[in-house]
Formats: sequence, structure tokens, C-alpha cells
Amino acid sequence: MAQPLVEVRNLTKRFGDFVAVDNISFDIQEGEILGLLGPNGAGKTTTIHMLLGLITPTAGSIRIFGLDLAEHRETILKQVNFSSTYISMPYSLTVEENLRVIARLYGLSNITQQIDDVVKKLDMQEIRGKLTRKLSSGQMSRLTLAKAIMTRPKVLLLDEPTASLDPDITQKIKAFLKEYRRSENLSILYTSHNMREMEEMSDRIIFLQRGSIVAEGTAQQIVERFGQRDLEEVFLKLAREERRI
Amino acid sequence: MNVGRIGALLSRHLYLYKRSFARLLEIFYWPFLDLIVWGFITIYLAQQGNQLHGAVTFFLGALILWDVLFRAQQGIALSFLEEMWARNLMNLFASPLTVGEYLMATMTMSIFKVTAVGSLMILFALVFYSYDIFVIGLSLVPFIFNLLISGWIIGVLTTSIIMRFGQQAEVLAWGMVFLFQPLSCVFYPMEVLPAFLQKISWIIPPSHIFEGMRSVLLHGEIPTVHVIWATGLNAVYLVGMILWFYHTFSICKERGMLVRVGE
Repeated sequence: MAQPLVEVRNLTKRFGDFVAVDNISFDIQEGEILGLLGPNGAGKTTTIHMLLGLITPTAGSIRIFGLDLAEHRETILKQVNFSSTYISMPYSLTVEENLRVIARLYGLSNITQQIDDVVKKLDMQEIRGKLTRKLSSGQMSRLTLAKAIMTRPKVLLLDEPTASLDPDITQKIKAFLKEYRRSENLSILYTSHNMREMEEMSDRIIFLQRGSIVAEGTAQQIVERFGQRDLEEVFLKLAREERRI
Repeated sequence: MNVGRIGALLSRHLYLYKRSFARLLEIFYWPFLDLIVWGFITIYLAQQGNQLHGAVTFFLGALILWDVLFRAQQGIALSFLEEMWARNLMNLFASPLTVGEYLMATMTMSIFKVTAVGSLMILFALVFYSYDIFVIGLSLVPFIFNLLISGWIIGVLTTSIIMRFGQQAEVLAWGMVFLFQPLSCVFYPMEVLPAFLQKISWIIPPSHIFEGMRSVLLHGEIPTVHVIWATGLNAVYLVGMILWFYHTFSICKERGMLVRVGE
């Protein structure tokens, strides 16, 4: 088996007494979509932030492209990007200006061409010259996704990329991501609260609960293991168990 | 240090100025207003008699030099606030941008700001009050250089406090520099301070610059001792402050504050 693009080993993050991520290990293979599933506060976003070097782990290691993130941050982050419903981009800049700044930050060449490409791919021609503050939430999601894929990452981290979007836009973004993953052989870490979306998008799923991995496998394997009908029932079962604790 | 990434951050701020009336006011309106008020005070004091006449000529020069310090500090602190308000810090620090490049970009931004504001104030002073700051002569070069560095030091200190304590500390971006004003002896000589404050003032680099400016205007002497003190202190403080910023940044990453700042 080829070396995984992302190798996470015994990753732990404590904030004082609170353990946000508790000794988790997982890999992401080239071209794989790994779903990170779990209730609020399970540690999904903290894990993503650690993979982006925004939060320092308390223990454990993160290797991406075979390199240690703590030592090779700059080299690694040139080829990693992320998108999230919860981030924003400078409101006083237009869509194109924001994309230009990102392109320069990642050292892209032929910037205008790269912007043309991504704007076309995500059907953003109409909003290209629009101020970011005037974008709808769906348009903002497309912008953050555009900034992520324009840099041609090998690893893409998506933190609830379709949360609060209407079904039509959600469907378009999912279709785009599936096609883009296939054409670029991209590795994706994907979080969502939408179980159907997780089943549809992920090759493999990791179920996090209170910072620990409680289940891992394909959606079907997880459903069978917990003796439920679908992933949503597994989610509800685990989430309710957690509330009883 | 990657010049392209520094340029990226600079372009992000320059795009803002292109269409932001409020940010243009910051460059044109406030410095102009400062100059008008202090200009009239200077004229009034000059009319009160010859005794004060020598002293009042300091005021406009001091005001212009103070603005160099103030704008240099704001160039750093406001750049961070812009990122915080725009919730853009995650986009920046999840990119290959390094902390050193970030600081370099904000320092360069402050040079742009100081150049724009300084040029306008010099021009306004010349046109409205026939005041020519170049009477200070060649000493102006180390004066401006040192005030720029002092502004960076205060700006980096302010930024690290805002990063550590979040939005509740953002008022420091405007207020922090004024904490140093009384002891920087901008508009009065160091000797008017009580003895114990003079000792503190001595270790504040801008106080040497303003003392030096008065020395040039009064005696026509190049204030070598003051320039050496200011440069030495600034070098030590700048290195210390950059190390402090790295340390604070590292603490913020450990405590998960970098992703929460601005919330």
C-alpha cells in the first residue's frame, strides 16, 4: 500500500482540563475522501485546525506528504488548503481581489488565468467583481471553496462546507467536489452534520465522540457494527448516549 | 522570507484604501486637523512675547515627528485589527505565510502610512504656516528612522496584547501610543519632568528624538548622544518585542486562541 498523504498518530489536544481530542490516529490515502463525523464538541474542528497548524497539539504527531507538520509547516501548507462555512474573507475586497491576494500568498503563477479557471469552474462569473460583503451565504461558500481549490492543493480540509446552504447549492457543491476529487486525485477530509451527505461523499468515515474515535470504516460497516438502519440512527444513538453520561 | 507573500499581504491592505473613505480620512483628515489646531496654538503663543517664541517653533516639528511615531504604530496594530474584523486570520495563518513575513508586511505597510501622512503634514505646515521641517537638517533622517522603529515596537506590543486578549483589547490600537506620550517629552523638555520620571524617560527612545529635535532647533547642534541612545534602545527593544510576539503567537496557537480571536 502506498504511503498515506496524511498520517495522524496519537493526536491529543487538551485545553486545561478539557480534552478536545484524545489520542486519535488515522490516515488519509491519496485520492480518498475521509469523513469526520461526530456531535458538536466531538473534536472535528479542533482536529482540522491542528492539521492546518493553527492549533498546536498537546501530544502526538501529524505527518503530511511524509513530512512532520511542526517542522515543515511552510512546505506542507503550500499544498494544503481548507474551506469552511465558518470562515470569512475580507468584506471590503471584491471576490477577484480576494482571490488575487490568496493566489499571491500561495505563490501561484499566471494569476489571472488561475482566477479565470476557478471562477468558471464554480460558476462565479457574475460575482467576480462584487464586493465580498454583498455576497449571499451560498456565494460566500463558493468563494471560500474557490480560494481553497485555486491553489491546487493535494489535501483539502472541508469543515461543514455545506452547512446553512440551500439544497440546490449544496447539491452543486457536492457534485463539483466529487468531480474535482476524481479529476485531481485529491485527498479530502470532510466534516458534516448531514448523515446522508457523509454517506454520499465519504469513502471511509471516522466517528468521533468526546475527542475519541469510537468507530471507523465505511458507512455500511459502521451501520452494521452498531446494528442500526442507517448512519443517522448511529449518530443519534451515540449522541444520546453521550448526553446521558 | 518570501517577498511574494509579503507583497500579497500588502496588496490586501492597499485594496482596502482604494475604496474606503474612512481609511483615507485617517491619512488626510486627522493629520490635517491636528496641524490646524497646533498651528493656531503656535501662532497664539508666538504672539504672547519673545520669551516663548523660541519654544513655540518646536511645536509643529514635534507634532509632525509625533505623527510619524503614531502612524507607524497604527500601521502595525490596525493591520492586525483589519484581519481580526474580517475574520481573515485563519486564511492567513493556514497558508504558508510565516510570522516573520506577517510582521514584515505590517512594518512595510506602516512605512507607506508614515510616508503618506508625513508628506502631507510637511506640505500643509509649509503652505499654511511657512514652517519648514527641513530646518532640522540631516538629523531628520535618524529621527524619522528611530521614530518609525519605536512605532513598530509599540505596534507589535499592541498587536500581541490584542491577539492574546481579543476584541476587548482592540481600543489599545488607538490608545497604547498615548501611554508613552507624557514620558516621550514630545512638546516639552525632559528637564520639566520630576527626577524619577526623567530616569524612566531616559530609557524611552522617542524622548531622545524629541530632545534631539529641540537641541537642533535651539543650538543647531547634531544631538549625537541622543541619536545613539535612541538607536541602541530601539535595537534592543525591537529584538525583544519580536521575540515576545513569536512567544505570544505560540501561546495563542497552544491555547487555540488564534482561531477564536475576533469572535
